[in-house]
Amino acid sequence: MYVTPEGKEIFVLDGHAHFWDGSPENQKNIHGKQFIDCFYAYHTGLSPKEELWDKKKFEKYSADDLYQDLFIDGPDDMAILNSTYLSDFYKDGFNNIERNMSVAKKFPNRFIVNGAFDPRDGEKALEYIHFMKETYDIKGVKMYTAEWNGESKGWRLNDPAAYKCFELCDKLGIKNIHVHKGPTILPLNKDAFDVHDVDYAATDFQGLNWIIEHCGLPRLDDFCWIATQESNVYGGLAVALPFIHSRPRYFGEIIAELLFWIGPEKILFGSDYAIWTPKWLVEKLWAFQIPEDISAERGGVQLTDEIKEKILGLNAARLYNIDVAARKAEFSAHPISLAAE
Amino acid sequence: MTAPIHIATATLVSALDEQAPLEQVWARLDLVMDPELDEPVTDMGFIEAVSITSTPDQNTSTVHVSFRLPTYWCSPNFAFLMAEGIKRQIEVLPWVAQAVVTLQDHMAAEEMNAAINAGASFGSVFADLHPDEDLAALREKFDIKAFQRRQEVVIKAMITMGFLPAEILTMPRALVEIAEFTDPETIRQKARYLAILDEKRLAPSPRDLAFPTYQGTPIDDYATYMGLLRSVRINMEFSGSLCRGLKRSRYQEADLSGDVPILVDFTTRTPTHACR
Repeated sequence: MYVTPEGKEIFVLDGHAHFWDGSPENQKNIHGKQFIDCFYAYHTGLSPKEELWDKKKFEKYSADDLYQDLFIDGPDDMAILNSTYLSDFYKDGFNNIERNMSVAKKFPNRFIVNGAFDPRDGEKALEYIHFMKETYDIKGVKMYTAEWNGESKGWRLNDPAAYKCFELCDKLGIKNIHVHKGPTILPLNKDAFDVHDVDYAATDFQGLNWIIEHCGLPRLDDFCWIATQESNVYGGLAVALPFIHSRPRYFGEIIAELLFWIGPEKILFGSDYAIWTPKWLVEKLWAFQIPEDISAERGGVQLTDEIKEKILGLNAARLYNIDVAARKAEFSAHPISLAAE
Repeated sequence: MTAPIHIATATLVSALDEQAPLEQVWARLDLVMDPELDEPVTDMGFIEAVSITSTPDQNTSTVHVSFRLPTYWCSPNFAFLMAEGIKRQIEVLPWVAQAVVTLQDHMAAEEMNAAINAGASFGSVFADLHPDEDLAALREKFDIKAFQRRQEVVIKAMITMGFLPAEILTMPRALVEIAEFTDPETIRQKARYLAILDEKRLAPSPRDLAFPTYQGTPIDDYATYMGLLRSVRINMEFSGSLCRGLKRSRYQEADLSGDVPILVDFTTRTPTHACR
């Protein structure tokens, strides 16, 4: 719960968080090392100085650290944990669904755990989707189109094999497809830069919600174009939001574009924990106003309190059928603590 | 009438002849852009080391340049464009027999270095990673973005001076050439904008439109066009900010002003420009 300076309670659903293991023990090869190093560079590059972690903690933090940073020190009420395998880089996967489920089980009702699959695995991918639905009743998945898989260095959402998987997701009620379309940690396949496959997939699967993490940056214009056309395409603010600290005017330009094109109902807050922690992000977002000249260039769009509340939690709650009033009541009846298990 | 930019170029060239060889190399490196950001690789701090070895008769020299990028993963096609640019710009110098370019700390460093120094094409080396990659088309795409980004700075500066949007649409090049700005970034971008106009032969005469589109047509609707330029800038700035931040973090070039340096700073910190 975020309590505003005026005392208003804001429900925060963190749309993008991780419980990873990037430690040397789990790294399969140099790529695994370079991948977590690159994340760490994002962390140190855009965090306020006082929020910096040491490298060892960043590589592998505990479930208690996660809980503390999101819910006790941080303002999150709930968080979505996205699974990311990167099996070519990490022995047990970067953050596999079992690892995410372990923390969700330890702290009930706080987490939504999303699965992941790789359409290039063919039949096995379909079996795995069935397995995740039956075992964990997942409501969403996270797609990493630039993931390596043997000889292949990437895939597209509109590949025929991917369509088979999305057909199954649709059938099983796995409605929320989160897609990493952002700065290319793995820029090996040029399509990883490209958001155009979202256009095809979102048109062909109207029953699914397509949450584009990082809003396609640095392809914001392409993303805005597609998300304006397609009513089922959403934008996740992870990576865009931290600029609010180092370059607030620049963040103002990004959020003005998003509000102007796709509107306030389709923007989702995400901390991208543990790259960034939610406390400072939420505080700074609540205090933020779009500079006047930037707003004027984009039809006078404003970041009102009402819009901030939607971005911070209500929009994601709608996608995951979360009853916000009920959750608020439940959480206030059971104050959070690390001894809650 | 000769455009001031031509005079400036001529002055630069004659000054080059009198420079020490190492300075000449750095001056050529200033002309190599990070294609994604439209900023010189030197300003970005990508150049790690420059050295010159000469033949016994001192007639010809080999220049060695090593460079590195913000991440191990930086896109091989962008890296290739930069490596190629470095080699080409240095080999323009009459006393250089060969430039040997080395990309460091990159996932594709080995293949890249072999390809660049053998004059092989990008496609022949990275066919599996970048199928159907057309580097010429990519270069053109970046040229368009560079043109648009520089143009936006100059248009906004003219508006700040008091010109109206309608006047921007019909303004002749000569007017931009004589416009005097005080902001250093505007001055820098104006020179770069005029240079790209020349390079693309978009406004050869002083009477030609100062602000055509990249296709050479007049701007149709001011507000729509400026919206386009803005989105181009937002994308480029995103990459630029991330690249600077990531590079700083990767090579521990954190700004320590006011802080007490710790041991790690002396062991791994790299003074990017000290070698210059």
